[in-house]
Amino acid sequence: MKLLTKIKQKCYLNVYFQVHQPRRLRPLGFFDIGSEEANFDDALNRNIIRKVAKKCYQPVNLMLLRLLHQHPNLRITFSISGVALEQLEKYCPAVLESFRMLAATNSVEFLGETYYHSLCSLTDQHEFKYQVNKHTEAMERLLGVRPAVFRNTELIYSDRVAQMIHQLGFKGTYIDGIEKILDQKSPNSLYKPPHASDFKLFLRNYRLSDDVAFRFSDKTWEEYPLTAKKYVSWLEQQKPSDGNLINLGMDYETFGEHQKKGTGVLQFLEDFLTTVASKKSIKMINPTETIRRLRAKEQISVPTHISWADCERDLSAWLGNDMQRDAFDSVHKLKREVMDLKDDSLISIWRYLQTSDHFYYMSTKKGDDGNIHHYFSPYPSPYEAFMNYMNVLSNLEYKISLTRKSLQKKDAQTRERIIDRSNNN
Amino acid sequence: MKVLMFGWEFPPHISGGLGTACYGLSNSLSQQGIQLLFVVPRAYGDEELSLINASEILISESDKSIVPVVTSNLEQTGMQLISIYSGLKPYCSLSDKYDAFAIEQWSYEIPVENSVDCNPERRKATKYKFTGSYGPNLLEEVARYSEVAGALAKQHSFDVIHAHDWLTYQAGIAAKAASRKPLIVHVHATEIDRAATVDKRVFAIECEGFEKADRIIAVSNWTKRILISNYHIPEKKVLVVHNGMTAKRLAPSIKPTRISNQIVTFLGRITYQKGPHYFIDAARKVLSRFPNVHFVVAGSGDLLPAMIERVAQLHLSSRIHFTGFLKTNEVEHIWTISDLYVMPSVSEPFGIAPLEAIQSGVPVIISKQSGVAEVMPHAIQLDFWNVNSLANAICSVPRYKSLAKTLRKKVENHLNILPGM
Repeated sequence: MKLLTKIKQKCYLNVYFQVHQPRRLRPLGFFDIGSEEANFDDALNRNIIRKVAKKCYQPVNLMLLRLLHQHPNLRITFSISGVALEQLEKYCPAVLESFRMLAATNSVEFLGETYYHSLCSLTDQHEFKYQVNKHTEAMERLLGVRPAVFRNTELIYSDRVAQMIHQLGFKGTYIDGIEKILDQKSPNSLYKPPHASDFKLFLRNYRLSDDVAFRFSDKTWEEYPLTAKKYVSWLEQQKPSDGNLINLGMDYETFGEHQKKGTGVLQFLEDFLTTVASKKSIKMINPTETIRRLRAKEQISVPTHISWADCERDLSAWLGNDMQRDAFDSVHKLKREVMDLKDDSLISIWRYLQTSDHFYYMSTKKGDDGNIHHYFSPYPSPYEAFMNYMNVLSNLEYKISLTRKSLQKKDAQTRERIIDRSNNN
Repeated sequence: MKVLMFGWEFPPHISGGLGTACYGLSNSLSQQGIQLLFVVPRAYGDEELSLINASEILISESDKSIVPVVTSNLEQTGMQLISIYSGLKPYCSLSDKYDAFAIEQWSYEIPVENSVDCNPERRKATKYKFTGSYGPNLLEEVARYSEVAGALAKQHSFDVIHAHDWLTYQAGIAAKAASRKPLIVHVHATEIDRAATVDKRVFAIECEGFEKADRIIAVSNWTKRILISNYHIPEKKVLVVHNGMTAKRLAPSIKPTRISNQIVTFLGRITYQKGPHYFIDAARKVLSRFPNVHFVVAGSGDLLPAMIERVAQLHLSSRIHFTGFLKTNEVEHIWTISDLYVMPSVSEPFGIAPLEAIQSGVPVIISKQSGVAEVMPHAIQLDFWNVNSLANAICSVPRYKSLAKTLRKKVENHLNILPGM
């Protein structure tokens, strides 16, 4: 008996929610290329974020505010993409205000990421730095917080990405705790990458996370229905010898949007947090505090990219087929041309086209993963997603060529004037 | 003279090559004082509703399966359009989530208007655009059409029966049996042209139609040769009548932007028959020498996904563009943005698009394996499989503007003396 209580040491629990909405493209037909029509379907974007705000962001934020007030020992972590932030600012100011109130509780921590929720960590260190800094600025301006810990787009990660994040001054990053990088180790512990001991890795416990994010409302699941009591008992049953930090990570939209209110998922979240608050064995914690309290004893090396997406947990959700790779390469090829023009509106369009979701919609995977891609896609098929993306990209390329020509013309005129003047003199 | 004519589609509701040809033919016949009873099976898709509304509906007492008998406004021209309910729904949307991957064999040359709806909010209603399916009950519908045709033939008086393509041959045969009037079958395409693998059932229906017909009209010598060699039809039974086309409509008022001054276009169903892969292979060769030429693959069909993937694999997606299904007005836009039209068909009974291109001032390169080549002796003609010479020809046309001009003039002059033009 005595032995048991001794083993049952305190377990730290971190829960982080991902908030993201892409800026979806307008359906741009081939014959619209070169027209003055907009590139983005902002009416659709407004409708979607308002719908999600009504079902998820607004009610769950208010619930969290209430619970944090009732139970000061609760902690919550958020990661909000820049493209989601700006849409909240534009279309759902009340939601942004409630995030601000959450930030003011000091019990909520916000993570850094790329502003455009892009894949630029894979290809372009300068662009990555720009997009991360832009996100930090937006967080400071809109929520009054400066992120100290990072979370790359869709948990895309490798040792090289760790170095880039570290160089930007972050203290750690979240990654997915999958078997192929763990090599028999437990995800429930704080780790460090090979290159730096002052940089920490938070491993998402994907099984426990997916129990809520994917399986909660699955009636064919043997554990259905999942109660808060049962779920908390699973957290307690994690072997203490494996470590004492559990990181759960999921889309915030899990609560009320991906799984509707009728499934009881909102009530589950409330019950879960209330139960955890009452447990002496579990202490909720945010990442910055984790770094202060816990030591990372072991290294984890990730030489090739991993992510949290699809069964493969690699880059194949975005770059798995020829269409995705050609579209991705095509947008990156435009970098020099668009940057040379120093035209802010063209550069901005180019960056919105880097958002990972555009490539995600082009996936031709089938089965369960295919269904998830299909669920998120505004297109009837990956081929239409691809055709539309390439049309928008061609539109940008066309605008670039027009702007370049008009600049060249201006240059030529100026040169002529100078020559004229010097001749007259 | 009164003709009982069986078609399968009629503009503007379905504007495929067959429908357009039937429309042109019936117009010309009416102008010559010939009376027409034009029968079409009417799909019950949304697009067909306007047809009923614009028309007077009569319910036949004798045969309940003939639901509406529609007298369209074409009546002023001495023509009556009769439509029959059939379970057939062109471009039927499959309920399967993955209809993107289940693309059917049959699709029309130029798609129906409302199937290219890109509005995501309405997308849920109109499903997948590549689907040119004629539904799983096509053969059943064809048989049902023939039953109705027999009943119709008894109710009306006429002098001759004229049936267009295999879908209506059985109807023509039934009408002949009921009325003992002569039957003409009009061959716009054969199963041999359409598919890489011939559907034996369709082939059998075609054989029966050719055999029971009193006379066969083929749209080209190319088709006539197929009838003789693949269907063993006696040569003297087949008469070649090339398709004509009506005078050019006014150019569209809204002109799309030309994204390049060198645009080479493919237009048609993206199917084996039309040879899209030869176009893409040639485009690749051209782009290796002239990286700023743009190519447009306009249309849809069962090979569209494969062609998109092929281009992506070649990393040429920013130079070879796909339009997907074209709306009617977009077909006209195609000509205003094209510098060159290529029709690399593997087997093309006729092929009206090159004539439209020429009318719009766009020079053309056509495959020798097409009927239209017979009326365009001055156009550049190549064997569809000869990708190297296709690439060379594409390179030479934009480079030599005068060649393009000459090509166009010569073909235009020749077309002016064509009967019916």
